Amino acid sequence: MDPHLINDCVHCGFCLPSCPTYALWGEEMDSPRGRIHLMSQHVEGTPITPAMAGHFDACLGCMACVTACPSGVRYDKLIEQTRATVEREHERDPQDRAVRGLVFSLFPYPRRLRLLRWPMRLTGALQGFLERVHPSLGAMAALAPHVEVRQRMPRFVRARGPRRAVVGMLLGCVQREFFPQVNAATARVLSLEGCDVVIPPSQGCCGALSVHSGRSDQARRLAKRTIRVFERAGVSVIVVNAAGCGSSMKEYADLLEGTPWAARARALRVVDLAEWLAELGPAAQRNAVPLTVAYHDACHLAHAQGIRRQPRDLLRDIPGLVLKEIPESDLCCGSAGTYNIFQPQAARDLGDRKARAVSGLDADLLVSANPGCTMQIAAAMRRRGSAIRVAHTAEVLDASLRGVSP
Amino acid sequence: MKRLIARLENVGEVITDPVRLRTYECDGLTYHRATPGVVVLPESAEQIAAIVRLCNEYGTPFVARGSGTGLSGGALPRSDGVLIVTSRMRRVLEIDLDNRRAVVEPGVTNLAITEAVREQGFYYAPDPSSQQICSIGGNVAENSGGAHCLKYGFTVNHILACEIVTPDGDIVMLDRMDAGYDLLGAFIGSEGTLGIATKITVRLSRTPESVITVLAAYRDIAEGGRAVSAIIAAGIVPAAIEMMDALAIEAAEAAVACRYPENAGAVLIVELDGPAPEVDLQFAQLREICADAFELRVAADAAERAAIWKGRKSAFAAVGRISPAYIVQDGVVPRTSLPQVLAGIDRLSAEHGIRVANVFHAGDGNLHPLVLFDDAEPGAGERAETVSGAILDLCIEHGGSITGEHGVGVDKARYMPKMFSDTDLDTMQLVRCAFDPKGLANPGKVFPTPRLCGEVPGVRKGPHPLVEAGKAEQF
Repeated sequence: MDPHLINDCVHCGFCLPSCPTYALWGEEMDSPRGRIHLMSQHVEGTPITPAMAGHFDACLGCMACVTACPSGVRYDKLIEQTRATVEREHERDPQDRAVRGLVFSLFPYPRRLRLLRWPMRLTGALQGFLERVHPSLGAMAALAPHVEVRQRMPRFVRARGPRRAVVGMLLGCVQREFFPQVNAATARVLSLEGCDVVIPPSQGCCGALSVHSGRSDQARRLAKRTIRVFERAGVSVIVVNAAGCGSSMKEYADLLEGTPWAARARALRVVDLAEWLAELGPAAQRNAVPLTVAYHDACHLAHAQGIRRQPRDLLRDIPGLVLKEIPESDLCCGSAGTYNIFQPQAARDLGDRKARAVSGLDADLLVSANPGCTMQIAAAMRRRGSAIRVAHTAEVLDASLRGVSP
Repeated sequence: MKRLIARLENVGEVITDPVRLRTYECDGLTYHRATPGVVVLPESAEQIAAIVRLCNEYGTPFVARGSGTGLSGGALPRSDGVLIVTSRMRRVLEIDLDNRRAVVEPGVTNLAITEAVREQGFYYAPDPSSQQICSIGGNVAENSGGAHCLKYGFTVNHILACEIVTPDGDIVMLDRMDAGYDLLGAFIGSEGTLGIATKITVRLSRTPESVITVLAAYRDIAEGGRAVSAIIAAGIVPAAIEMMDALAIEAAEAAVACRYPENAGAVLIVELDGPAPEVDLQFAQLREICADAFELRVAADAAERAAIWKGRKSAFAAVGRISPAYIVQDGVVPRTSLPQVLAGIDRLSAEHGIRVANVFHAGDGNLHPLVLFDDAEPGAGERAETVSGAILDLCIEHGGSITGEHGVGVDKARYMPKMFSDTDLDTMQLVRCAFDPKGLANPGKVFPTPRLCGEVPGVRKGPHPLVEAGKAEQF
């Protein structure tokens, strides 16, 4: 943990209201300011105690505090360093270790995730049993989406109409296995907007989950692999449709600093789908999508990448679509990567809070740019008995561009 | 302490883990630190009363804390005491728009009150810069101000009633409507020494029909100062007149990219609000007065207004971008003395080689000099402290005060004798002793040295020294 970064904090407390765990529990230790204080205690020589590790683990990594901080504290860097330190220096209890081991040997590997597709159909029946074994397993079962038919993505999708750009496309692990329709829609939208889309079949996990959980060695390995794959594909722009993946990939150069890989990372431009489409400007004809849509800001899009305006503009430009703002839109929904698996209770409370805010809007569809958020909010809405249809920004655009109803 | 903690655990959630306790060691003023003996997180007035009664039983001092954003160390804990944190008491209990009032718990943030009634066309007027997080309980304790206090007054003007837990653990209602002494007036701004507010009835104000926000850029601070005097002389009472100097602008620019005019030596933010015809008339006058500004920007919509204010409201924390450490000072001078005092601050700054950024509520002469230093440089902290203290001397010399809105707390207790005679201070102690004879409520704050009954826990025996001296009578 870098003491210089810690010293940037002037203890003003402006971050407190932005922090989801402070909103839930109202305790200093579970606020960004309190966590930075804990970090400074560790730097001054206090070993990582189980209590300390608990407060770091309880951080969602939503980065809302980074947006709120007037002093420019890089909490994102700090918590990343801290998580790595916790992984190194803190011995977790065996049950905790087992669950974490399971998740990290599963999620970053699309092929292993694929094996889950079939058993996932049984999770509804097994949920009670899994819950008793470990709350995290119960949470995984509750979150599991209804998996669409698998779609094999082509290696290359040619631009429709005049070609305006050539881009690479990241498929993501969870996105690819559990939301294949989102990737298909993304490729179609890009192509209809005049992009040649290169989709390297050998791509794997980008390393986001690992970097956000302090597993920096695994993260660096996966980052290098991703860079190599897209270099070979010969593209200089990579379009990403999952906010968590995009924000981590934009930080590749920092992750690999001090190695030749950092320069290679800088040579590749990573953009979010909405960011890219807004920059490109519309070319294809938009058809009406007469729906009331609630747009959810994924933390890793809004806070980590500062992308708030572009997806809203894209949606607003669709004729017939009514866009509604969700109250407390800055507050995380509780998904936060693997958070809803490791901290099921806090995630559930935040999910319920978000679901309450969403159901007040009477929207037909909830749109978000991150698969984790979508699963989380959908599950919370089901719990309330007010299930809502969910979609990715790409799917709504795809429907509008192709003139079909989503 | 151990037995007290065991009994506190029956009352509410208690924090005793040393690592967790340390996160409560300071509020917004990090210069003073003390790890609390124990932290309790009550969720009701009854719990607070029970905690305070236990403190009385054991003769243990207690300190109340809201969001921990105070800038005078008013919520500095006692290592031998109990820290009562109200951050879980954040329910808005009642909104009564017909009577323009709301009843809230002390942990509710200042801004949350406004957000609860904004759509109905109301707001809560006092707006400290930290309004997004500072708690209303803390506002009451410190009688907090804010940019718009020039026209609308301080917290004390917007609190209609408080339910408080007295220092001996009774739950008592103080109401503006009560006949007799204005006990509510005495309580507001007492910095936690007269009890803890547990329910607060605030006045709600109508959102003004029309608001015009103007940003005027000047070459130097003296030009800006003259404009301020001219505005007031013209009989205009703007909702706010704020000034920032070049260094403060630089910091705000670095922090929030507020895009204030380049090369400005000072910017003036003037906000007019009220009925549209009145605001339009004042705006025409204001334009004339500010004709010599080298750039005059008028916010076209709410977003542009927010952008103008963003630079000002983030200024304190923003200086973190241009200096590793700094002291936020808070002093008041008569508006007419502003130019001399600012020149004096410049002199002090040059003499000691310490940079001072100035942000202030120019309309009511409330200065917030930010004394910048590098805490890694040996002796810099002491020099900054000297400059910071000398600025207060300057304020007193010009007939001003050592605090406008941040409170005395622990930080300025030692300056109290510069402003007040021993008799003054003794008289204040009498008020305090009437509420808190055992001296358990936030001891060590406001008053410079342990005096009379004030600071030593334990029931006072014998007549009060002031009574003995024939200076006061006790009824």
